[in-house]
Parts: sequence; structure tokens; C-alpha cells
Amino acid sequence: MTATSQAAEGTGRLLSGWGRTTASRARVAGPMELERLQDLVASRPAGGVLARGAGCSYGDAAQNAGGCVLDPATRPGIDVDAAAGTARLAAATTFTELLTRIVPYGLLPPVLPGTSHLTVGGAVAADVHGKNQRRHGSISGWIEEIELIDGTGERRTLTPGGDAEAFRATVGGMGMTGIILAVTIRLLRVRSALLRVTTRRLPDLDALLDALDRTDAPYAVAWIDTTASGRSLGRGIIDTGDHLANPDPAIERYGLVYRPGRARRVPPLPACPVTSWSARGFNTLWFRKAPGNSSEITDLATFFHRLDTIDGWNRMIGPRGFVQYQFVVPDGAHQIIAEVLEAVQRHRCAPFLGTVKRFGPGSGSHLSFPMPGWSLAIDMPAGNRWLGPVLHDLDLKVAAAGGRVYLAKDSRLSRSAFDAMYRQLPEWRAAASKLDPAGVFRSDLGRRVGLC
Amino acid sequence: MAERDAPGVPARVLLLGGTSEIGLAILAALGMPPETEVLLAGRDEQRMTAAARTLRCRLRTLPYDATALDAHQALIDSAFADGDVGLVISAAGILRPQQDLERCPRLAGLLIDTNFTGHVTTLLAAAARMRAQGHGTIVVLSSVAAIRPRKANFVYGAAKAGLDAFARGLADSLHGSGVRVLLVRPGFVTGRMTAGMRPAPLATTPAAVGTATAAALARNAATAWVPPALAPLAAVLRVLPRPVWRRLPR
Repeated sequence: MTATSQAAEGTGRLLSGWGRTTASRARVAGPMELERLQDLVASRPAGGVLARGAGCSYGDAAQNAGGCVLDPATRPGIDVDAAAGTARLAAATTFTELLTRIVPYGLLPPVLPGTSHLTVGGAVAADVHGKNQRRHGSISGWIEEIELIDGTGERRTLTPGGDAEAFRATVGGMGMTGIILAVTIRLLRVRSALLRVTTRRLPDLDALLDALDRTDAPYAVAWIDTTASGRSLGRGIIDTGDHLANPDPAIERYGLVYRPGRARRVPPLPACPVTSWSARGFNTLWFRKAPGNSSEITDLATFFHRLDTIDGWNRMIGPRGFVQYQFVVPDGAHQIIAEVLEAVQRHRCAPFLGTVKRFGPGSGSHLSFPMPGWSLAIDMPAGNRWLGPVLHDLDLKVAAAGGRVYLAKDSRLSRSAFDAMYRQLPEWRAAASKLDPAGVFRSDLGRRVGLC
Repeated sequence: MAERDAPGVPARVLLLGGTSEIGLAILAALGMPPETEVLLAGRDEQRMTAAARTLRCRLRTLPYDATALDAHQALIDSAFADGDVGLVISAAGILRPQQDLERCPRLAGLLIDTNFTGHVTTLLAAAARMRAQGHGTIVVLSSVAAIRPRKANFVYGAAKAGLDAFARGLADSLHGSGVRVLLVRPGFVTGRMTAGMRPAPLATTPAAVGTATAAALARNAATAWVPPALAPLAAVLRVLPRPVWRRLPR
């Protein structure tokens, strides 16, 4: 069988992102053996090739309309070197599988994003960060090696110290530089799989940002009431956490374990239940029921992956789907957070979920999202016709302040706004054109913002 | 340069009937960023260029005659040649007084070709392209006249009824392909096409149709009545006894 017929062999499927807004149809194939993957890339299938992970990016990053999508490219696989504290992970391995396997060794992924369903390949392609970005950076800084199939079908090994530009273009490169096969990462050592989490309720935005700024806990995240206005604008709840210094004698007597939260299934709803009124009601209740100040011991899944306990929560937002607007602005530009909240409230965009984080230094990867400053993420249902124009105006404000929008969450950024936000784009293009000279790797996101 | 973004704005748009007031009003209401490429397909080059200036987008014009059925495949091929088209708006249309059509049946044939046959030939070609690209949206401008033929305007009504049925069938055939169809049913639209006519109840404007279409695209709707109050009215018109319907003055 020739590689070309293998590409045609993929079955047509409608793919969408976590937000379920802009579905498109592609030929879906995979997983495949290495040689077949190499042949496929070398044959340059019509419409290009894209490796898809778990489809956890909100927009069109893991879609390639009219082309070929590998869903997934590889089989999952984990090789742990417990003594060295490293692991070689096949790209299709999910964080749930990874945690289940390595926590008993007292090891932890250094970066845990808000869901454990994502794959390692997807995490590297988006250079993901966690609640500890300020202290530990994004996943980029923990990678020892990436095994990649480049645009000529050749298998390459990228290291931070080797071909640094190729490495920096691939981490955060949204799959546009090649198919990630496997990644070797350094792991964190912990003595307990439990955390002490402190929860505090703050009355307004200044207090919330101040609390995030002052905390010295490695993990910190704030839920923000996206619907509160006036004096209460930006009120929220801050969660800070750290691993216990020693295993809990009662719970962890027989060793450390990771238990994914028990997921409750929810039915897909026929219509969107989120309106500006219900969003306000939900947010107000959530704020009121939080304790003023409390401290408790929780497990990993409860602290890191709270939303995973509702299986398919994205389908509760209704058939039109939803949009997440996550941006970061540098220190000193935090007033943009208030401007964004006011704008989405004014246009009744029904923001129903908001998260604020304090960021430390960025990773240096060309298209990486984090930079020192403040990050806000807001979820809003799609369908409001002002949402597009409102967010485009906010894009211009964020770009003018020197900030940027997170590609892994994006489903609507325009090319001009993207160009204004990602200043290392020329360096990325130079490195990407060496890795993929013929432009084999393509995605809906890539076409939209001009990466392919 | 391909995709539609989440609020429904595509990177490349093709307007069939490039001087159509409603078509241009839809483009204006979409709130497209300046890098959007707009392809205007129509007969009057000058008027299309003038219209495009108000849109502040990248523009290309394509010669398009709705009645030149043999040229439609080539037109669609050339529109899709430089890349994906995320949105096709099928807005070509003419309206002639019913007495003129009854006096000159040839003119009625021309109206049917413009308002129905030409849409079928272009949209089938475009749908095949969009199916292959795996995404896209087609906007079809039907009319409340499609609901039930009125003696005062039944040739136009017949063309719109055919177009309406075609669009609904096309939408179902494209289900699951990543391509969707939005069927817009305006009532009486005051504008160039209806100049000199007495507005019917619930009359609307090209700008209002544009706004309503943009909103329907954002909410992923399959059908949009403009104004929305036409939907219940149409339900009544459908079941009106025929002797009563016949006596309606217009």
C-alpha cells in the first residue's frame, strides 16, 4: 500500500474543539507505526497533515478542514526512570495515565493544566502552564528531548541545547512544525500526593490581585466573579496550595496514589442555559458560598482538575458551544482586566466562568503564551453577535498593552491582532520553514492566524 | 486564509449578486477584520467597486451573470482557486411587476433563471467545493413570498418557493459535512428593488436584513425570518382558506 492511499484511507469525520464552535471535516487516521507516519508526511497529502491530541484546545487548533488529521498519531506509552526522575512519554499519553503511573513513585508532572484529559503531545504543542507557572514556568522548561517527524518525513530529536531554534519553534508551535512522537520530561519529586489548600474570599479586584501577588505558595489561582460590577468588580476566591511535606500517616500509609476524580456524566443540553442573568446568579451564589478563609487537605484531582469531575461539561453549554477568552498582560497593565470584565458585561456576553493567574517569566519559545504579568480567562457562550466585535476591540487593547491571547483557547483571533501580539513570529517562521519547508503541517487555526 | 471564526466571520467571502443591497448589507453587518477577502460576483463592475470602498476589506470582483448558466461552474472554480471560501451569500435577484411578466412570458423565464436556476447552478458547484474543503456556510436569500403564491406576484413567488425548497434540501444533504446553510426569509424589503411600491405590513430594510443575518450566523441558526414576527404570520398565511387567500388585494 502506498502512503498516498493511506492518507485517502482516513475516514471523513467532523472534528471540533472543546468549545464546540467551529466544526470542520477532515480525513481522520491513526495511530500508526513510525514508518507509516514518515511515509504519510513524505507523500504530502492534499490539505496537509495535523496531529491531534485529546481535542482539549477550545477552538480550531486540532482541526484541519479538508486535510488529514492523526487522531492520535501514536499509541500511548510511558517509560519512567524513577532514579533520574524523568520519563519518556509517547505523545498520545494523557495526563491521567501519566499521573496514575508516576505518582506512586513520588513523582509528579511539573506542570498540571486545568484538565488531566489532555495529551503530552498537545501539552508540548501548546506549551501549557499550570497553577505554578510563576514559580515553575510552562512545560517548555522541563523538556529534555522531543522526538519529532519533520515536514520531510525525517525523524529528528530536538533538545533545548541542540538545535535551539527548532526546539523553541516546536514547543508552543501548535503542531505546525511536525508530528511530536514522544517527549522526555523531568519530573517533580513529592513526598505526598496530598496538598494543603488555603481558600480566601476577596471583595474586589485590587484585593484579589494583591493576594495573588503576595502569596508564596507554589500553586495559586483565583476564581473571579465575572458578573460582579461596581465596587465588587473583580471580587473572587483565591486558592493557594502546596504539597504536604510528608505523607499523611492515615491516608497514605500504603504509599502514594493518584485517583482521578469520579466523573459524573451530564446530558448534552438542547439549548444554552447560560444567559447574562443565569451567569450572574451562578457566580453570585458561588462567591457567597465560599468560606471567608479556610484551609483543608485535598487530593491532586480535587485541586488541579476540578472541572474533570463533570464528564463532558462543555456539552452543557448547548449546541452552539462557547468561547474562552484567555489573555495575559504585563505587570502594570492589570487595569485591562477590569476593562475586559466591564466590556463583556456591558455587551451582555454572559461570562459564566473566570480565572485569574499571576505569571512569572516566559519560556522563550516563539509562540509561547505566558509572560510576566496577569492572565485572565473568561468563558462565554457563543451566539451573541456582539461577541466577535467586542473581543476584537479587546484584542487591540491587549496587544497595545504588550499582552497576548492564548492560542490553545482561541477560536476567533484575527491575523492582524495575532501579528501584533506575538512579536517573535519572524523567528518562528524562520525556524518553522526549516522544519517544514513544503508546508505539510496545517490546521484550521494555522490558516486563520497565518501560521501555515 | 480559510476558516470561519467562532462568531461566524470567515476569512474569504463570496457574494453572488455583488451589487445586491441586501448582500452588501450582510457583509457590512458581519464586522469583518480588514484582512478578510471579499469576492463580489456581479455584472456592474463600477457599482461593485464603489460598494466595496465602504467595506474596507480586500476586494476582488468576478464577472457573473445569473442567467449565463454555462459560466457558473467556471465562476465557482475561479472563486475557490486561491483558497477556501468560508461563506457564500447567494443574493442575486430581480423583481418585475406581475403584469409585465404576464404580457411577456420570456421576461418571466428570465426572472426564474435569475432568482432560481442561477442559484441552483452556482450553489451546487459551491457546495461540492465546500464539502471537499470540510467547512463553510451558505446563505440563501429566500422570501416570505416563498410560503404561498399570491396572484399579484406568483411568478416571483414560484421562483422563491423553488429556491426555498432547494436550500432546505441542500442543507439536509450537507449535514455532517462541516458545511451549513442559513435560509433567510425577509418580508417586504424597502430598497432599490421595490422602489415605487407601497410597503407591505412588517416591511423591513436591507440594513435590518443584514443585521439579522449576521446575528443568525453567530447563533448558528438554520432559518432567519426578518422581522422575526413574520414567522407566526407565515404560519397563519399558510392555513388561510383559499377563497379568502384569493381575495387578498396584494
